[in-house]
Amino acid sequence: MSSINLAFKHCKKEKRPALITFTVAGDNTKKNSLKILNSIAKYADILELSFLHNCPIADGGQIQNSTYRSLRNGTTLKDTFKIAKKFKNNNPNKPLILMGYYNLIYQNGENNFLKNCKMSKVDGLIVVDLPWPENKNFAKKCKKMSINFVQLLSPTTSKERMKKIIKDSHDMIYYISMLSTTGGKLKVPPKKILENYNKIKKINKNKNCVIGFGITNKSIKSFKNSDGVVVGSEICKEITKSLNNRQNPVTNVTDIVKKLRKKIS
Amino acid sequence: MKIKKNIPLIDQHDKNGFWGGKFGGSFIPETLKKPVEDLTILFEKLRKDKNFIKERDYYFKNWVGAPTPFFKLRNLTNHLGGAEIWTKVVSEANGGAHKIYNATVHCLIAKKAGKKYVVGDTGAGYAGKMLSMAAKKFGLKCKIFMGAKDIERQKPNCDAMRKNGAEIVPVYTGSQTLVDAVSECMRYWVSNCDTTHMCVGSTVGPNIFVKICGWSTSQISRELFIQIKKEFGGIPKKIKLLNCVGGGSSSFGFWNEFMHYNKKQIEFVGIEAGGPIKSKRHAAPLTYGSKIGILHGAAQYVNQDIEGQIEETESISAGLDYPGVSPLHCFLKDAKRARYTAASDEEALKAYVLVTKFEKIRPSLEPSHAFAEAIKLAPKLSNDTVIIVNSCGDAHKDRDILKQRLGKL
Repeated sequence: MSSINLAFKHCKKEKRPALITFTVAGDNTKKNSLKILNSIAKYADILELSFLHNCPIADGGQIQNSTYRSLRNGTTLKDTFKIAKKFKNNNPNKPLILMGYYNLIYQNGENNFLKNCKMSKVDGLIVVDLPWPENKNFAKKCKKMSINFVQLLSPTTSKERMKKIIKDSHDMIYYISMLSTTGGKLKVPPKKILENYNKIKKINKNKNCVIGFGITNKSIKSFKNSDGVVVGSEICKEITKSLNNRQNPVTNVTDIVKKLRKKIS
Repeated sequence: MKIKKNIPLIDQHDKNGFWGGKFGGSFIPETLKKPVEDLTILFEKLRKDKNFIKERDYYFKNWVGAPTPFFKLRNLTNHLGGAEIWTKVVSEANGGAHKIYNATVHCLIAKKAGKKYVVGDTGAGYAGKMLSMAAKKFGLKCKIFMGAKDIERQKPNCDAMRKNGAEIVPVYTGSQTLVDAVSECMRYWVSNCDTTHMCVGSTVGPNIFVKICGWSTSQISRELFIQIKKEFGGIPKKIKLLNCVGGGSSSFGFWNEFMHYNKKQIEFVGIEAGGPIKSKRHAAPLTYGSKIGILHGAAQYVNQDIEGQIEETESISAGLDYPGVSPLHCFLKDAKRARYTAASDEEALKAYVLVTKFEKIRPSLEPSHAFAEAIKLAPKLSNDTVIIVNSCGDAHKDRDILKQRLGKL
């Protein structure tokens, strides 16, 4: 069983959703990025780490800030794999998912990129701009190497399409809560989001489905009965805030994640 | 890589949207899959609909102003010697540039789709200005995304957009130019695709936007085809069609009708922006052999570093200041149907000075790049060769830059 599946199983036993965090590799520094991962791993069940791209067409302001900050510090893809590897060495059972845009994979070479993932013990991949069915081949390659390819679903995905995507999905599906870039304000009532979520679960109740986009400390409680919730922009924002207030981002982000976890426990 | 005959170039992609098996496609977030699919179905339906074509032609003729003039630049030809130099003054179209075709078609589509809002990106400000004009004409609310640097250097077009009631959203990320404006516009669409129609300002972006834009600007070569036959009593034996290439919408439109001619008879020459003469930055991915990468939803030759980060470009002309280029042009390059070269900022400026000295046209800095190549080529060619330059933009928008670089005008 994959470590991602195990993580969900563990959470289900505790009758709570999995907490999935998202941070940007190298934000605010390479060192701190690793420190944050190591520190929040105590409270998070699955960790997403983004590899950087400077034309992110689906990211909102907070994550863009983190991305540009990290790029300015010179974080490269190689650094991202290094951070991932170090994290996994410290936390071998904690699932780590890399997330990013396809051009980085394309330039690295699909096979080479997956080899790098494997060497850094990355458990899964989310590729924002490689939708189904275009991702079929790549997803197959991932599966062959026991890397989870996470399919995305959105409010615009038709039921027919959902069925096909879910059929091709691996251990985790990501439901985009609303029409938005990352970190937008939750403009849809949680009830509506859960309605859609339940539609997905109805198609296949055994698939682990997480909800992301616009989830904050305020709204996370509403999704207590889901398989998992993703929080990203809230964390990136905290890093920015900490830097502005000359505080330690590692402690502040840890506090936030701890609070988030408490809300769903 | 080969171009098929009897099929429009915009339709020569595979089922995944790739031209030549590797350029284009639709690298988009899941949220946009449905809106893009809806738009694709609607566009394919409309382009077969006689009433829609009639409507388009009506507005092209009576509102855009078709055909735009085509004439010989006698003084310039006499001065340079060699080939005849002609121009099609597409900047005579309503609004002052070719961007009006794509904007008009997009607004017509938006109306058919029942959308009330339209958003678009802009570099030189022409795509934005035209979209704001068309939006006003067709009763749509309009938002334009524009890099902060471009807002500063293309003020006249910004004034026009505001006058037409459009909101300009300044983009401060990255290089603060077109590349960032397109990204921000796409982000906006991701968040508002249920109510809003998006117009991509050139033959770039996900497959369907390349197609719509190419289909729209092809009006230029449809007119030119008739005009050439009328002026020369047939199609001359040696023609060179010179056009600047940024995203590539005007050049594609300028060439499309002549696609199936032998290139020995009708050669396509695309002129990219080489940037300042001493700068290493350029906006000429085709000329300088940039690698294939994914930018704004499509695979294309694009300026990028080894890792895949998109590189900043530098050009005196905001309209060409883009690190990527249309998948259609990548296809034309690899199929060897078109040839691409670059002109520097300085060469474009010099060309502007020479053309305006001898002729009554005032090409903007974008087509001035194409005139630079014409000036270089003409004296080397025999007088039975006809060079035609698409003067696709008017210099009015460049008055601040021209003043700064050339002194008093």
